[in-house]
Amino acid sequence: MALKSPHLLGLRDIPVEDITAILDSAVAFKEILNRPIPKVPTLRHVTVVNAFFENSTRTRISFELAEKRLSADVVNFSASASSVKKGETLIDTIRNLEAMKIDLVVMRHPLPGAHILLTKHCDSKVINAGDGAHEHPTQALLDMMTLREVYGDFNKLRVTLVGDISHSRVALSNIYGLLAMGAKVAVCGPPTLIPRDIESLGVKVYSDLDEAIAKSDVLNVLRIQMERQDSGLFPSIREYHQTFGVTSERLESANKKLTILHPGPINRGLELDADVADGPHSVILQQVTNGVAVRMAILYLIAGGDEL
Amino acid sequence: MSWRSKQGTDLLRSHGWHVQRNQTILLVGARIIDPSTGLDEKTDILVERGKISQIGEIDRDELKEHVVVDLRGKILSPGFQDMHAHFGQPGREDRETLTSGICAAAAGGYTGVSITPDTDPYIDNAGIVKWIEDKTSGSPVLVQPVAAVNRDDEGRRLTDVDDIYHAGVRVFSDTGRPPATPEIMRRALEYMKLHDLTISTRNQEPSLAAGGIVREGPVSTRLGQKPWPSIAESMGVAKTLLLALHTSGKVHLEAISSAETLDLIRWARERGVKVTCDATPHHLALTDEACETFDGNYKTSPPLGTENDRTALIAAISDGTIDAVASDHIPLTGEECLVEYSTVPDGVVGLETTFGVMAKVLGGGKPDWNTLINLMAISPREILDLSPAPIQQGALADLTIIDPDAMWSVDPERFFSKGRNTAFNGWKLPAKTLGIINRGWFLLAPDARMLLK
Repeated sequence: MALKSPHLLGLRDIPVEDITAILDSAVAFKEILNRPIPKVPTLRHVTVVNAFFENSTRTRISFELAEKRLSADVVNFSASASSVKKGETLIDTIRNLEAMKIDLVVMRHPLPGAHILLTKHCDSKVINAGDGAHEHPTQALLDMMTLREVYGDFNKLRVTLVGDISHSRVALSNIYGLLAMGAKVAVCGPPTLIPRDIESLGVKVYSDLDEAIAKSDVLNVLRIQMERQDSGLFPSIREYHQTFGVTSERLESANKKLTILHPGPINRGLELDADVADGPHSVILQQVTNGVAVRMAILYLIAGGDEL
Repeated sequence: MSWRSKQGTDLLRSHGWHVQRNQTILLVGARIIDPSTGLDEKTDILVERGKISQIGEIDRDELKEHVVVDLRGKILSPGFQDMHAHFGQPGREDRETLTSGICAAAAGGYTGVSITPDTDPYIDNAGIVKWIEDKTSGSPVLVQPVAAVNRDDEGRRLTDVDDIYHAGVRVFSDTGRPPATPEIMRRALEYMKLHDLTISTRNQEPSLAAGGIVREGPVSTRLGQKPWPSIAESMGVAKTLLLALHTSGKVHLEAISSAETLDLIRWARERGVKVTCDATPHHLALTDEACETFDGNYKTSPPLGTENDRTALIAAISDGTIDAVASDHIPLTGEECLVEYSTVPDGVVGLETTFGVMAKVLGGGKPDWNTLINLMAISPREILDLSPAPIQQGALADLTIIDPDAMWSVDPERFFSKGRNTAFNGWKLPAKTLGIINRGWFLLAPDARMLLK
């Protein structure tokens, strides 16, 4: 079994069958993670480079664990320790790694579309671990895996992304993936953090968080970067928390069962209150576990999908 | 008068071009269109010693040694003039040299090119103007430097305008060195009145343009690219127009790309502002949808507009709001283009494709030739304050030969330009230029050599 797409660049152009195949395989890989020896020899012939041109702790470790659970050889590479600062181009950097015989590149890059450039000029298979504010498909797939565990399917599931949509790769990949799978998607946040034409993607826009809560089954709460207040995108942390912070008071007054997702890391007390993050409706740690399973599934399927 | 650079003629010949000087040329049977004089008829032209010596029925028995060019079915136009091309010399000869740029211009049907001052060093003093004149003297394409408005990167101090004027420059540009404040632009516009000179500008509102990569809209949202709002252009233009209104100075607006900017220009003209403007073939032919590919060959300055912008630009050509078409030729090296989209420098080449693209864009491949010739040959000369090049007996022969029915495909590997960064790779275009006659030279493209009798 293999995917129709040779790479995983984003969820916008990927066939629905590929999304389903990844989510289905991830269930099997999650079972492996719960075994006494959580490791299979599937990718022992495969060498993976985790090329991170931007800081990341969680995504990089999640990928690394997934690769090790599949017995792949793993090399880590991060921009601060690399030759990139000496002026080498992205293509040259990856071609040099390829000359050392690698099979697969997992890349995080600050600029949108960097992965597409790689697929045009390099031979490796490429998995996008985040490109600027464009896509972060593995995050969206782990969000979807978690939602499928809670709800069974996506049919008419109402998911609202809350917070900084403009600068979020998580938001775009979630929108593309969830819409493709039949969910209804909305966004909610200050107008300064929502792209002007977001409705053209087929999503609703709520400017009032309480209304969004009333009309949603799921809130995916995005991380707010403190620096945004310096460029005038919102006035203060205090005001943000008052208007768009997801608090237990808000959820209680809505009097309904809502599932809370967050891609992490959380600013406790800013976009999400601690008691909500740790509360009964939060699936945040389940997301993290599923992240490893989903990435194992993606690595396995992209690398060729031999028999387990 | 000789083109110093033998490289140039060698380069043209190596591509199969017919290159001759000071021949007597009999051009037979072309449709001759000159909107500046209203001429539009099929007849013959005799060119002797670089001048048009006769128009009409020509008695061949009277002629001594001459070549005959069979131009039946072809069009003869006054030579095209480009508004602003970026040549790399001096400083970035890896992008373009004066020689490669001149050959590219000739291949695109241009007999004159205004080159932008953003070289290294800048064209910001009379010495460099003279150096360029010397380097290009006697070439088949007249290279006319546009000088910088400012002498410093901060855009605070004017260049020596009078000195540069006496070196032959009539237009000053703020490309690459925008005036730091509206106050400085005001003083520049006022100072240019010394000799009734024009400031050519593409000034944007920097705080709104800052870092924008793809035009703000559904496409920038889909791609997660930093949005460039069209208001960055329109607000910059609004400021410029108000300053021109206030000072009665002359401004030319380069590469207009937004619908609302055109409304501002109309508003200003109703109030007597001396403003002209141009648009580029890429903004007239393409939209932001092209950026979906993350292909750096669509990274233009300003970023490609929406379909709404594009149709507004086409309409503004019909109603005369847009005066001229500019190639805005910006050659880049292959290495510069093989990087992430947002780090590719802005700009695309255009000299060798502008006419063909315009012929495709206007009138759905059946353009009104008078309109197109006006946009590419007549109006640019007026805006740039160059002497006109009418097709008249006794005038200098400054001509472009057009094949209005030649389907051809754009292949950047065949460009004379060192830049391969075209937004039109593989496009099928419905018309092309076959050669130029200018400054005593007669250049004819390889596929037109069979017209020689």
